[in-house]
Amino acid sequence: MDWAPAQRILQQMSPVGESDLIPLLQNLQDTYGYLPAEVLTEVSRQTGIPTSRMYGVITFYAQFSMKPRGRHTIRCCRGTACHVRGGQSVADAVGRVLGIADGETTQDGRFTFETVACLGTCFLAPVMMVDNDYFGLLRPEKVNSILDAYP
Amino acid sequence: MISPNTPIPNAAALKAWRAELVETRKRTRGRVLVCATGCRALGALDVSKAFRDKLASAGLSQEIDVVETGCHGLCARAPLVLIEPQDFLYGPVAPADVDEIIEVTLRGGKPVTRLCGKADGQTTAVLREEPFYRAQKRDVYRLCGRVDPKRIEDAVAYGTYETLAKVLTSRTPEQVISEVTASGLRGRGGAGFPTGRKWALCRDVAGDRKYVICNADEGDPGAFMDRALLEGVPHQILEGMLMAGYAIGATNGVVYVRAEYPIAVEHAKIAVEQARAHGLLGRNILGSKFSFEIDIRMGAGAFICGEETALIASLEGRRGMPRPRPPFPAQRGLLGCPTTINNVETLANVPLILRDGAAAFSAVGTAGSKGTKVFALAGKVRNTGLVEVPLGATLRQIVFDIGGGIPGDRPFKAAQMGGPSGGCVPAQYLDLPIDYDSVKQLGAIMGSGGLVVMDSSTCMVDIARFFTDFVHKESCGKCVPCRVGTKQMLDILVRITKGEGRMEDLEKIVSLGEMIRASSLCGLGQTAANPSLSTVRHFRDEYEAHIRDHRCPAGVCRALLKYTILADACTGCHACAKKCPVAAIVGKAKKPHEIIQAKCIKCGACREACKFDAVRLE
Repeated sequence: MDWAPAQRILQQMSPVGESDLIPLLQNLQDTYGYLPAEVLTEVSRQTGIPTSRMYGVITFYAQFSMKPRGRHTIRCCRGTACHVRGGQSVADAVGRVLGIADGETTQDGRFTFETVACLGTCFLAPVMMVDNDYFGLLRPEKVNSILDAYP
Repeated sequence: MISPNTPIPNAAALKAWRAELVETRKRTRGRVLVCATGCRALGALDVSKAFRDKLASAGLSQEIDVVETGCHGLCARAPLVLIEPQDFLYGPVAPADVDEIIEVTLRGGKPVTRLCGKADGQTTAVLREEPFYRAQKRDVYRLCGRVDPKRIEDAVAYGTYETLAKVLTSRTPEQVISEVTASGLRGRGGAGFPTGRKWALCRDVAGDRKYVICNADEGDPGAFMDRALLEGVPHQILEGMLMAGYAIGATNGVVYVRAEYPIAVEHAKIAVEQARAHGLLGRNILGSKFSFEIDIRMGAGAFICGEETALIASLEGRRGMPRPRPPFPAQRGLLGCPTTINNVETLANVPLILRDGAAAFSAVGTAGSKGTKVFALAGKVRNTGLVEVPLGATLRQIVFDIGGGIPGDRPFKAAQMGGPSGGCVPAQYLDLPIDYDSVKQLGAIMGSGGLVVMDSSTCMVDIARFFTDFVHKESCGKCVPCRVGTKQMLDILVRITKGEGRMEDLEKIVSLGEMIRASSLCGLGQTAANPSLSTVRHFRDEYEAHIRDHRCPAGVCRALLKYTILADACTGCHACAKKCPVAAIVGKAKKPHEIIQAKCIKCGACREACKFDAVRLE
């Protein structure tokens, strides 16, 4: 495990106190793509924040993951506006095409599939995001060709 | 001239800078305002780039400014472009339309009618003539869509921070609080607590260090007004926070914004940096004795963190679990210090109140609810977008006059108001004036202003199941009524949507719902049953149809649906089979096809694909 990026983050954020835990984890996840246990153990040793405390926070918030994530993240919106305009069938289609459930990553490490409470783009409903690109006014049969563009 | 990194020494210098900026503006004869926030999802950045490139090659760059702005409101026609000075509103605009707009409008001064709105067969080129805008009162949103959110110069040219200067030089904190109290402003995030009283409570608590938190953790599905404000007019929010800080005696502010809103995060960060560089944050702001700093913190994906004590726990680096009140945050808040937490839209109202006075503000609205309210209009409605109306406007005005009614002119069934804490308001209340108190009487809440329109194709039992599933997943798990009660409620609702419900389930929903409401710790639990309770109250017949007749009248609950192909009507064109995502449709060419029921996932794609009405839904 490359320890240098975590070291840089700790230096930039110094002094790191317990109230900085969430931004610290956000920075680590941005850099490593997920939160590797070895890195957390070392961060705990250097900051004095117990790993149990970290684990409690990581498992509480939907954003954090201790497992490696796919190269691309698909976020299907399950907000109200998307729901009444057929968002569930779009999410079902993604799951079917990739053969994985909400929260899982494909075997080949290409996609992580998540559903989110609301993307705040209700006028495009039903909507999903792949990485930072929005796709709106979706139909289940459009899913295949959208995902094809993300190798 | 104020250079980019010079602190503004005092109110007079700010005023002089504004005059200078307004003068600079006059050098161009027109502006092209492209929404680059919400509309970005539909290619708005390509449109603004096309304008820049083509205006440059047409030699018009010196005369016409291209500005990437926040949301114009009428999201249904995204990407939107507004042309000043005529105020022509175009949308949807593609890069291919840019040449024509330059020729006809920017050179010729005339509207490109094919890009304008249509109402009653008439073309409406000018923004204020659009039916969508006519019945609105856009006060809080006045600058959203007019200014470049990434340039403090734009904000200052339109008068942002000028009221702050007035407040710092000529008002005491107590005067600020009494003005806000007199205005009748109530919190726009949900509960509707009087803002002035909240500030007074915090001011009265002794403490060397106090905090102002801007709650931008807009988690209600179906609400996007705070996102638009932070993206479109971030300096207006900062001005509101500065005023709150001055009023309660705080030195520090935090903007707590959802990580799911990357543009809002970016614009808020830029605004804070610019305000700091110009001395509008930091020590001795505008030469006064008032010092204030603002940090931006991102949420990590937990709906409960919109609750104030959970938000504070999250800022302190802990699991976002609410705690009992008292002590209220005004007494013991962030890191134990007295803290005021206001929602984004609440803070956006504050500079308006202190600019125009409490009397002007409270002249708008109803007896108990003053000012305007922004609603995020979505769901089964033509003009989805952001709508600002005086409190006391009716649902009919919002959904039909402004929203343009329901696509296909299907009948209006209900409006879901207030997100997962709210409820469904049925058609018989279309003419009820909406304010904090009237909506509460119907079993909903105004909440943050999410308003999702539902028509005959929306199943109310499914909606109750949907929200109960949401609150069950988002429950922090601390108290039993919420953690276990929402699970029990969900089981009952799932059972009904599968056609396995029992008539006594209806009474169970009501008694369980009232128990959850009475005994939960925080607002999430106390309101978790509202969607179930309000739908049982207003749409009991739909529940009964599911339970007694095993029928979903709206045709939504999949377990109760069956798709079949009518052999007489089927031409064997194979169109349905091609669309079927699970290959459940078989049949030879030009012969009637058949659906294999065991494979069918009831998505309805075949019914939509069929040109001969041969797919029947039972």
